[in-house]
Amino acid sequence: MKKILALLLAALMVVGMLAGCGSSKTEAPKDAETKAPEAVAEAPAEGSAPALKIGLTGPLTGGASEYGLAVRGGMEIAVAEINAKGGLQIEFKAEDDEADGSDKAVSAYNSLKDWGMQILAGAVTTGSALAIAAETVNDQIFMLTPSASAVDVAMTGPNVYQMCFTDPNQGASAAELMAQKWPDATIGVIYDSSDAYSTGIVDGFLSKAAELSLNVAVDNAAFTADNKADLSTQVTQCKDAGCDIVFLPFYYTEASQVLTYANTIGYAPTFFGCDGMDGILAVEGFDTSLAEGLVLMTPFDANATDDATVSFVEQFKANNDGKVPNQFAADGYDVIYALYNACVAAGIDGSTPAADACAMLQEQFAGMTVDGLTGKGMTWDGNGMISKAPAAVVVTDGIYVPLA
Amino acid sequence: MAMKTLLKNKTTRTNGITYLVVIAVFAVMQVLNGAGLLGSSVKGYLVPICVYISLAVSLNLLVGICGELSLGHAGFMGIGAFSGIVIAALLQDTIPNDVMRLLCAMVGGGILAGVVGFLIGIPVLRLRGDYLAIVTLAFGEIMKNIVGNLYAGIDAQGFHMAISTSKMKLGEGGKYIINGPLGATGVQKLATFTMGFVLVLFTLFVVQNLVNSKEGRAIKAVRDNRIAAESVGINVTAFRMKAFVVSAFLAGMAGALFGLNYSSVTASKFNFNTSINILVFVVLGGMGNILGSVISATVLYVLPEAMRGLQDYRMILYAVVLIVVMLCTWSPKFKEKLSIVSEKIKSLFWGLFKKKEAGTNE
Repeated sequence: MKKILALLLAALMVVGMLAGCGSSKTEAPKDAETKAPEAVAEAPAEGSAPALKIGLTGPLTGGASEYGLAVRGGMEIAVAEINAKGGLQIEFKAEDDEADGSDKAVSAYNSLKDWGMQILAGAVTTGSALAIAAETVNDQIFMLTPSASAVDVAMTGPNVYQMCFTDPNQGASAAELMAQKWPDATIGVIYDSSDAYSTGIVDGFLSKAAELSLNVAVDNAAFTADNKADLSTQVTQCKDAGCDIVFLPFYYTEASQVLTYANTIGYAPTFFGCDGMDGILAVEGFDTSLAEGLVLMTPFDANATDDATVSFVEQFKANNDGKVPNQFAADGYDVIYALYNACVAAGIDGSTPAADACAMLQEQFAGMTVDGLTGKGMTWDGNGMISKAPAAVVVTDGIYVPLA
Repeated sequence: MAMKTLLKNKTTRTNGITYLVVIAVFAVMQVLNGAGLLGSSVKGYLVPICVYISLAVSLNLLVGICGELSLGHAGFMGIGAFSGIVIAALLQDTIPNDVMRLLCAMVGGGILAGVVGFLIGIPVLRLRGDYLAIVTLAFGEIMKNIVGNLYAGIDAQGFHMAISTSKMKLGEGGKYIINGPLGATGVQKLATFTMGFVLVLFTLFVVQNLVNSKEGRAIKAVRDNRIAAESVGINVTAFRMKAFVVSAFLAGMAGALFGLNYSSVTASKFNFNTSINILVFVVLGGMGNILGSVISATVLYVLPEAMRGLQDYRMILYAVVLIVVMLCTWSPKFKEKLSIVSEKIKSLFWGLFKKKEAGTNE
């Protein structure tokens, strides 16, 4: 009996310890702020309205956690900055949805609802966003997703907005850019047929490419999440077809494999990526010289020299063990600022019921222009889709240089 | 008197307790819900818990009672989910009643899963050894990849289905039901807690009655000693097939309820991890122990949700809990201690019961 007791006690202690770790970690960004604003963040001045509650659902554990953690990191920086300013205070909470497209996503959303969330700044992945978006329509909670880019997400309801390009839009811009820069090139497309992001871009790209009569030689070099360990077949297929441009509309981890393999077989076309490619220069164990000449369409450049980006990157590195923020983090940062600007303009604070805030924010977003890390003069259309200028960069000497 | 003899029968008593526990929990939840005491989170757990209980009980029939290992239970769940969603969408105009449409979807999903189970079973269940585990593992992955590339939609011309976007041409006003890797989107949510409760009762009814029937005894005989069972004239393949198809059918029904509880479902949900998760419910609840499956499915589903307060550490802790439970339930010392405690509780309970009975007799 004693043994069991000892075991139980030990287990309890472990729980206590871990709980302690958990809370201290999430408050880290606050501690990183200077002392004076911290007091403001902890306790709003007397007489002022309660803090506005913004929630995020995203993958904080599991295979997709790098995206969720990046978004959370970006949002925490924006929240700390805003709270340090005084005025409208924001209380921020992130819940783990494990990038699941059904029950876990709804559970995460429900637990935020129980917490008293007024505005949802999620979800991170498309599948989860689709499951949650219908719930927010029923509950009348305003939703601005940083990175769920499927068209279906924004079309779910009038209260669902996106901070990122929709996938087909991005594919179409890529095709337009190629038609402009390399009208006579032979193009090969490698994509992940099990991923909504990748197939969405390819659909948009192929229909635009047909319209612009681009020469797409390979359009069926697909892989799935289960067989992406080796992408040599797909690369060889493009090589055999003599492609000068290989379009890689998927995430940087898989792209780094493609570049590495292409290098070993001495195949050097122009590789062309989308916003998911941002982060390739930070992949562990990847020879960044292989990414030389890689063209990618990214709204965010961590090496930009404007003040906003520089201070954001510095703060992000300080909070995340020197990790360079990618576009997910920047999208998260912009989402919080867009919501903050709209709330200030509409006079929403912690005491506004979620449904009222939802209606007021929809009105605000209809006529609002936002400047952020991921674009200048961003506006939204009636469906909640963003319109911002697509920016393409080319990797030169290990940094992004705007495509001439 | 009849009641008394019934209560003396051990299996009837165990079965009765299982039903009682489920009904009692349902009643308590309904009362709490009616009083408005349940938060959104708890309300959100109700249907998935019912689904996972059904899945665990149906898998227990296969793993615990029949002694076959299946690693693709989520595949059957997925078949049920997607076919249920398609059926519900197609019957939108024909059957306006939500409950009837949900029932049709669940039965349809179950039947389809059962048929697929039958087809898989024809070659595999004739073999000795662990082949069912290998084949179901592959089956689950195949299902996931097929559905992940499946496009189905409805327009003025009727129902269309294709395996790639380019072949899929929907007319004006057409609507996708299943949209490739996006999964089923814009699903009308039909599932209710009451239907979940009915599904659990139905599953329990089917499984418990099957186990205690002539067929059930034959299935157990096959599990315990295949050669001995064959020597007394039991058709081994047929009885294993019965257990496998019933298990797949129930999983399909549960899957349909699951699919119709969310506005979107992706194929990747029904992967190997989900299959293993259900298997963990069965193993930790005790193989062959139906009430154990019900309890472990509930506790293990709620546990990671209840630990949300632990932030990033909750999934690590979930694993630790699983290991501790597994070690404890397998340790003879712990079992001995547990049996002493449970005996005490039992004697206390029966003592009270008998006193009451004596009181009413007097």
